[in-house]
Amino acid sequence: MRALERVEGRDKVTGRARYAYEYPVEGAVYASAVQATVGRGTIAAVDAEAALAIPGVLAVVSCENAPRLRQAADAELAVFQSREVSYRGQLVAAVVAETLDTARDAARFVRIEYAPAAEGPDVRLHPGHPGIYKPDKVNPTFPADSVKGDPEEALPASAVQVEATYTTPAEHNNAMEPHATLAVWEEDGGLTLYDSNQGSSTVRDTLAEIFGLEPERVRVVSPHVGGGFGSKGTPRPNVVLAAMAAGVVGRPVKFAFTRQQMFSATGYRPPSIQRVRLGADGTGRLTTVVHEALSQTSMIREFVEQTATPTRMMYQAPNRRTAHRVTRLNVPTPSWMRAPGETPGMYALESAMDELAYAAGIDPVELRIRNEPETDPESGLPFSSRNLVACLREGAERFGWGDRDPRPAVRREGRKLYGTGVASSTYPAYRSPNQAYVRADADGRFTVRIAAADIGTGARTTLTLIAAETLKVEPERVAVELGDSSLPRASLAGGSSGTAGWGSAVVRACEALLPKLDAGLPAEATADTTDEVKAQEKYARHAYGAQFAEVEVDVDTGEVRVPRMLGVFAAGRIINPTTARSQFIGGMTMGLGMALMEQTVMDEEFGDYLNHDLAQYHVPACADVRDIEAFWVDERDAHLNPMGSKGIGEIGIVGAAAAVANAVHHATGLRVRDLPITPAKILTGM
Amino acid sequence: MDSANNSDGDVPPGGGRPPGGAPPGGPPVRAVITLVVNGTEHRIGVDTRASLLDVLREDLGLTGSKKGCDHGQCGACTILLDGRRANGCLALAVAHDGARITTVEGLADGDRLSPLQEAFIEYDAFQCGYCTPGQLCSATAVLDEAAAGWPSAVTPDITAATPMLDAAEIRERMSGNLCRCGAYVNIVAALRDTAERAERQSAADAARATSAASDARSEAIGHAQGVGRR
Repeated sequence: MRALERVEGRDKVTGRARYAYEYPVEGAVYASAVQATVGRGTIAAVDAEAALAIPGVLAVVSCENAPRLRQAADAELAVFQSREVSYRGQLVAAVVAETLDTARDAARFVRIEYAPAAEGPDVRLHPGHPGIYKPDKVNPTFPADSVKGDPEEALPASAVQVEATYTTPAEHNNAMEPHATLAVWEEDGGLTLYDSNQGSSTVRDTLAEIFGLEPERVRVVSPHVGGGFGSKGTPRPNVVLAAMAAGVVGRPVKFAFTRQQMFSATGYRPPSIQRVRLGADGTGRLTTVVHEALSQTSMIREFVEQTATPTRMMYQAPNRRTAHRVTRLNVPTPSWMRAPGETPGMYALESAMDELAYAAGIDPVELRIRNEPETDPESGLPFSSRNLVACLREGAERFGWGDRDPRPAVRREGRKLYGTGVASSTYPAYRSPNQAYVRADADGRFTVRIAAADIGTGARTTLTLIAAETLKVEPERVAVELGDSSLPRASLAGGSSGTAGWGSAVVRACEALLPKLDAGLPAEATADTTDEVKAQEKYARHAYGAQFAEVEVDVDTGEVRVPRMLGVFAAGRIINPTTARSQFIGGMTMGLGMALMEQTVMDEEFGDYLNHDLAQYHVPACADVRDIEAFWVDERDAHLNPMGSKGIGEIGIVGAAAAVANAVHHATGLRVRDLPITPAKILTGM
Repeated sequence: MDSANNSDGDVPPGGGRPPGGAPPGGPPVRAVITLVVNGTEHRIGVDTRASLLDVLREDLGLTGSKKGCDHGQCGACTILLDGRRANGCLALAVAHDGARITTVEGLADGDRLSPLQEAFIEYDAFQCGYCTPGQLCSATAVLDEAAAGWPSAVTPDITAATPMLDAAEIRERMSGNLCRCGAYVNIVAALRDTAERAERQSAADAARATSAASDARSEAIGHAQGVGRR
């Protein structure tokens, strides 16, 4: 298919693209949030007097006067419904004022008295925590544990064994656009929300439930969203707070979390402690794979990252076990961050595979090829397609892996040590039911409507190409309308399932339109893929990839730089090469951040995350990223969807951190099993 | 520990006002200032606490400049303030009475995009688009700064009249603008291509100017006809 520039590109480079906070709504006023300053306790009293005395302040909303909401499945959305404080940073009040400056200023004068709990906040995740339990399921609905064969018996009998514990820190999505909502109660009692989210249909349904409205009475408008990476996948408290505040003051209300508030209010990737045990025979064939993951959740909502699930299908081994455990702490509620589960899990598994390659004296690329399974090792299902080996081989060729000297710590020039590393990538190929509408007009133009979300993925452009291909017209004649809950119902931009789900509905609607075109224009057609998705045959559907990284490590400062990263992916048919390449590279860039700099540090004394801004939580900057290349192998898979595509938004981050960590070992001889790989860890390790 | 204040992160704990500010409960202090934004003069009353970014976005309706962190850490609010790039969120509006400001809305010439805007689209130098206005304003300034001979921390020869905008220079100079989608590779490519085109253009202009000057001399000697320059 032809490469197409982003169809909204002109709007984005001229500043015309409007994001949630930016709609010119007459009479809009501003809300500012107040967060709990204790990590555990009860609100004894809220004194709003000083804040209310400031000219321009319209209301202070808190547990003492908030309208009662219907219960939502996500307890984080029960804004101001309880006096309980279960973590520091929890939302406890909001000020509404005529101007932004007044709202922000007045928020400082809301005095909240707490009855602190007898004990301080319990915030530290560690393997000996007394609250550790086995969850019923892990995100979204996977069983917590799996077992096959007898790993405890097989492991000690294996010729080569590796056992290691890997830890990853809390990481924050940090989309550039803070979570924001502009809420308007209409005269007829309806609710309009200009909101930053990854799925307007979901926000509409959730808000309708919470405010006791029919879903048709709620409209969510989100044509442009400044990134999400999972954190806007479910409605966050901002949308409830804005709607509630607008109801209280009888005016439209604008609300955005500050960057600092986002660290406790909008979700994050929980820290993980992972123990991996691998056993292999003398040829490197795995006999045993054991992957156990421990994580944290909050007191008010259980979220368990599915960290060990990729290990269930990645490599062959007759004996295998995975397990997830979690504990509840006085911490903010974790949630989705780009490839939840796969990202930390594959860091651990792919690091352990590198350790096994050294222990067995086998090239790391070859080791992975030798452990390629015929079918999904746990479910026994056939793979719809699986081209990991092709990615490894093509990546090795392109990267120049062939002449690699495996010995660690032998390439030094001046102060720099050099090394290279490899890791596999994977991400499931999901598809959700969707609806779509398409219309053909007499002027030869087509309009596609679906409540899909373009959070920067290029969805608007990709769906344009998909519709144009099905209609057999030039993409310039197709206009896609998305990002509005009044359009046909759509699934989330999440789980890398957007294009597969939305695209299927668009194809079906276009197919239904084609026979009508001769009968006169305008003509229209709709589609609903619920039955099609339900009737899908059973296959193990996953995308795969291989990532290679080169690092240079300064022996004096311990600084690691990544001159080169290269990824090759097998993700079905690539629909738009332009935006696909950007997605892969963007994921790899975030993986580079995970490897070297990203971590949020818990305040163990008082609770909440300490380094809650972009000066202290480091994401890669332009100078951190040198040469990142992404390629893909041609993959035809008839068991996916009408386009033959697999999702590509998340796989780029999966395996990237392991490739860098493995390269650091190759450069230095040092195994840093605790991300991120900071200069301090290099210097103390060497 | 028993009383709360807004944990915005930018206010001192304790909830008190900084010395010299209006007392609690007093009305906001306002001042009338003049801003020339994208060539249009605005006479406007501003809250003396307001940043230029908030005045642009909330008072003038110019929402192209983005708020990503409000603390000068992300660069999404980068504007050209009296010809130089600045974080709009760190500039107190009342302190910039009379300032000339260019925002992303002012980069194009009517419907004609600037070469950088064109290149950003061509190289897919953005995804969600939220950092893009800041990236573009910053990149516009980078071209001017290099042309004016400003070195950076990675410039090999700081005495060079005009540092070459190679990839390393661009990465260094663009590191005040974060992009979480990870479009850096494409941003650098877009900026590099634009810089190279500009260099070729100025070399061609220089050559034409030299030849025009020499033509002009010949013509001055032998002919009456003037030499036009495009």
